[in-house]
Amino acid sequence: MKYLYYPGCSLKSTGRAYEESMLAVFGALDIPLPELHDWNCCGATAYMAISELKAFALCARNFSLAAEQAKGDPDVSLVVPCAACYLGLNKAYRYMHEHPDLKGTIDKALQSAGLGLADGVRVRHPLDVIVNDIGLDKISSKVTSSLAGMKVACYYGCQIIRPYADFDDQQNPTTMNRIMHALGAKTLDWPLKTRCCGGSLTGTIEDVGTRLSYILLREAKLRGADVIVTACPLCQFNLECYQTTIGRMYHDRVDIPVVYFTQLMGMAMGLDAKALGLQRLISPRPVIKEAVPVQGGQHVGA
Amino acid sequence: MKEWEGGHKVQYESELDPHFALEIASIPGGDKLFSCIQCGTCSGMCPLSHNMDFTPRQVIAMIRAGFKDEVLKSHTTWLCASCYNCTVECPREIKITDIMYAVKRIAVRKKIYPKRFPTPVLAGEFFGLVENHGRNSETWLLMRLFFRTNPLKMFKQARLGWQLWRRGRLSLKVDSIERTHELKSILKTIEKEHMIALRNNSAAGKEAHV
Repeated sequence: MKYLYYPGCSLKSTGRAYEESMLAVFGALDIPLPELHDWNCCGATAYMAISELKAFALCARNFSLAAEQAKGDPDVSLVVPCAACYLGLNKAYRYMHEHPDLKGTIDKALQSAGLGLADGVRVRHPLDVIVNDIGLDKISSKVTSSLAGMKVACYYGCQIIRPYADFDDQQNPTTMNRIMHALGAKTLDWPLKTRCCGGSLTGTIEDVGTRLSYILLREAKLRGADVIVTACPLCQFNLECYQTTIGRMYHDRVDIPVVYFTQLMGMAMGLDAKALGLQRLISPRPVIKEAVPVQGGQHVGA
Repeated sequence: MKEWEGGHKVQYESELDPHFALEIASIPGGDKLFSCIQCGTCSGMCPLSHNMDFTPRQVIAMIRAGFKDEVLKSHTTWLCASCYNCTVECPREIKITDIMYAVKRIAVRKKIYPKRFPTPVLAGEFFGLVENHGRNSETWLLMRLFFRTNPLKMFKQARLGWQLWRRGRLSLKVDSIERTHELKSILKTIEKEHMIALRNNSAAGKEAHV
């Protein structure tokens, strides 16, 4: 099994902390995660609105590059942290398998660029890799400072689990919750964990987009969450960066730290705050409750 | 027409386009469109339906009936955030989100989307950046969007921009892949294949599936 890291545009700019923390966590778990060389855009939601076929062809180029970089290893997976990239690539993978004529067209396009079609490259989300490949036992054994006493609201958003529920339940996903339990944190029971955050609408039609983010922030606060944990760069951006705007629009205080699940993992594993990109957070309360050192190096509490 | 009539007008059958539904149904798995039972689950699940001029259920019915112009001009598809709630919950397994994409693609090709509405502008700018560089550059994408829709917004967002800049979350670099020639020939071949498909399918046209 070989993993290759596919970043996408957000993890190189607004979501840099996600990249930093994820690579730090994988490094601490001794799992090599080299970046896919010369990766190109996944197409996201915007590109598909203009040309679906081109979006699939773009994704197919990434698969070819992955196969090339894996040097013939048949069991190669792209690890894709961004929800939009994850869905874009996953959709291309599925459509190529379900519609042979589509695959034929894409193959022709790749051949014209001197590339070969690689339809065996799998698309995996880090949540999937951590829970199903690495295992929660290994995670809890690495915990040096438990997150006991921290109440977290796990927020999955849309595109990681919809429309394809590859590794988790569509209505009630639990992978992130289980990771948080393994770190010692308590997870909040809230029904909005898969409700839309507004996506790119916060940038385009602000009042419509921020309303959706407001609903999530308000509910998390009402239910007493200390922190919202996300697995998508756009969710994190929407929920964190618009807090001041939302507070002004709805005359409500919605200040709550919003972090990536990999950042909390790194904190519990005792990694350096800077390596986890914690200094990149804007949240009004950037300092998250101190993690409690575990007695005798063993993980206690749940 | 009065404001409270919501822009709806009576249409005669001769004014409708019976081919529109076939055009939309040409996307992979699109023929399920015809099995819609108008239950309204999609509209109920949609977190944005209350902002739309036509709800998703109405859009499906209108596509089937041939209200081509109304559907292409509506804001509904451009408000869709692609959260796939409707697709997952549809009891008839209709890929509603994909149908929304198909409508957007036809609207863009025919240039009949709501002008200066930010979402189609964003899609166009995104497309352009990726077509030329193989990657998107978030900062430039937003700058171009604001410039083309509401330049004042650049000043409104200046504070947030500064906060992001200070934390190293804003990059002014235009990101690009190294082997752009590969990308160019891939996209060119797709264009060519599309033209061939169009010629071979003159009846319904495969415009939706591009």
